[in-house]
Amino acid sequence: MSILIDKKTRLLVQGITGGEGSFHTQRCIEYGSNVVAGVTPGKGGSETLGVPIFNTVETAVEKTQANASIIFVPAAFAADAILEAVDAGIPLVVCITEGIPVLDMVMVHNYLRGKQTRLIGPNCPGLISPGKCKAGLMAGEIHLPGNIGVVSRSGTLTYETVAQLTSLGIGQSTCVGIGGDPLPGTTFVDILELFQKDKETKAVVLIGEIGGIAEQDAADFIKKKMNKPVVAFVAGATAPPGRRMGHAGAIISGSSGRAQDKIAALAAAGATIASSPAEIGLTMRKVLQKWDATH
Amino acid sequence: MKIHEYQAKALMSEFGIPIPQGAVATSAAEVKKIAAELGGRVAIKAQVYAGGRGKAGGIKVAGSPEEAETLAAQMLGTRLVTHQTATEGVPVSKVLVEKAVSVQQELYLSIVVATANRMSVMMASEAGGMDIEEVARTSPEKILLEYIDRATGFQAFQGRKLAYGMNLSQNLIRPAANLMANLYRLFQAKDCSLAEINPLVVTTDGEIMALDAKLNFDDNALFRHSDIEQLHDVEQEDPLEVKANELGVKNYIKMDGNIGCLVNGAGLAMAVMDLITLAGGRPANFLDIGTVNNTDRVVAAFKVFTTDPSVKAILVNIFGGIARVDVIAQGIVEAHHQMDIPQPLVIRLAGTNVDEGKSILAESGIKFIEATNFLDAASKAVAAAKGERN
Repeated sequence: MSILIDKKTRLLVQGITGGEGSFHTQRCIEYGSNVVAGVTPGKGGSETLGVPIFNTVETAVEKTQANASIIFVPAAFAADAILEAVDAGIPLVVCITEGIPVLDMVMVHNYLRGKQTRLIGPNCPGLISPGKCKAGLMAGEIHLPGNIGVVSRSGTLTYETVAQLTSLGIGQSTCVGIGGDPLPGTTFVDILELFQKDKETKAVVLIGEIGGIAEQDAADFIKKKMNKPVVAFVAGATAPPGRRMGHAGAIISGSSGRAQDKIAALAAAGATIASSPAEIGLTMRKVLQKWDATH
Repeated sequence: MKIHEYQAKALMSEFGIPIPQGAVATSAAEVKKIAAELGGRVAIKAQVYAGGRGKAGGIKVAGSPEEAETLAAQMLGTRLVTHQTATEGVPVSKVLVEKAVSVQQELYLSIVVATANRMSVMMASEAGGMDIEEVARTSPEKILLEYIDRATGFQAFQGRKLAYGMNLSQNLIRPAANLMANLYRLFQAKDCSLAEINPLVVTTDGEIMALDAKLNFDDNALFRHSDIEQLHDVEQEDPLEVKANELGVKNYIKMDGNIGCLVNGAGLAMAVMDLITLAGGRPANFLDIGTVNNTDRVVAAFKVFTTDPSVKAILVNIFGGIARVDVIAQGIVEAHHQMDIPQPLVIRLAGTNVDEGKSILAESGIKFIEATNFLDAASKAVAAAKGERN
């Protein structure tokens, strides 16, 4: 098993004919993902990379039974693209787009309430279940199928972590980038809950960063609901307060946003803290050795 | 993005929020003229992108136009240092001159997006005029919250709840509720990230008005607000950050160390800064190069590094995903063609198109120190910045 995506995922790409959309669609196909449809208004009826293009998401779903969508639409139009996917009833929507206005996301969240769709992102690298399906930007070849779940607010730091795990021979069940926006569709807690339930996932790596209280919420969940080991790293311990560090979410405002507070909360909840970002893989190896010796 | 108080007040006034009478000035002579027109006592307020002006001497009250002129002359052209600024302070090039208001009561009002609830929220308190975070710590019961449904907007009953909650007298309930509704209209219409009135005052004449005003805007929404974007005052920002921004390097923050960092991804950039610090060095900046599809931004980053005298070594750490390593490598080569780069350069590349990227660098013949992983990269950069050979 794995979470959210696997061999049964039928992927639709919104914005498939754009530069980023077509480049990464091709990468996903090469990795073995089943890309069944693309949507670009005005280009319906044509084909790209061997994938049929439709004018609307609704038609694409009707004709291809797509059950997941990945969005590469520019920021000004991305909220509309998310709403279109939710309206079409797609259960999993992954929004890669960076720079969506916050008030657009407030509108999206309002629309999502009570709907069945799970939104991942925006401003995220997407997700991958190694060996099964890739719905994201990550380089497929750094991954190794296995049983470690990875969840992160940062894209490239996730790649870094995965590369460390793979080089130590530690494979991954699913790696999810939840994105760096202040209003993510899916939180650490949502993903931890799925990893806790997933039989194939044995342990979890959580990568947080300064700003907000998502890591504290995760700590609370780990303490109350998880019996699988968690290794955590929080980026930004040396960041100056009050400054926005690229990710809209990564601004320290008030004491709860500081790396030290997040690390303390996660450690108190029983997570093992990687003291350096270069030691996340090694920390997981130690945790697994200890776990195997006692279980 | 921030704007000045006088600009925020003009916007609030446009949206029907009462503000004191006044005008902005750039010279002491102008201040005198405005003060004479207003008559009576006036407040002179330094226009800077920083809070804590009052305690730092950035707000003065004058009894006559002559006194206003003298006080303004002491303020204009200086740099104001407050607890929110860097030690060198921020320049005071404009002052707002306002008719002094006789205050009966100070209140607090703001709107932000509550990330936990994913909704906008209006915050009101009868403990106005002070640091709201301090109020939150010492008397949280004095802060009232109304979450705003995106579909219905801010409703009259919510305004009444907050107004009665702040113990306003009956005749002020409707004006206060209207003011709140107007502030939400402004917040929504202009894509604010913060709309704050502290203090919101009740005057001895029984009027309610915004004595101070702060509006911050969502940078990601500026594409649809060119009127707001042009209000930005670059003089208030760090000059290197302004230069970086002009060159198209958006996610750049100047720091106090000596290792210039070029990284893709905000999280990885922060992790690199952490790693440099763990290795005994100090980063000169935070820089997330972002999604690179052309080489211009990489070249621009090198322009910033070569302009910054504090940079003693440059660390490039790229893990390609949406950004492609070959494009970054090409950018590094182009930067070397366009300028002299005296600092030692440490490069670590991984991810999408890494092999293409590495061969571009190898074939270019440029001098650099190769790092195999990012711990290696940080340690080599720290050593290079100290002048040690690798």
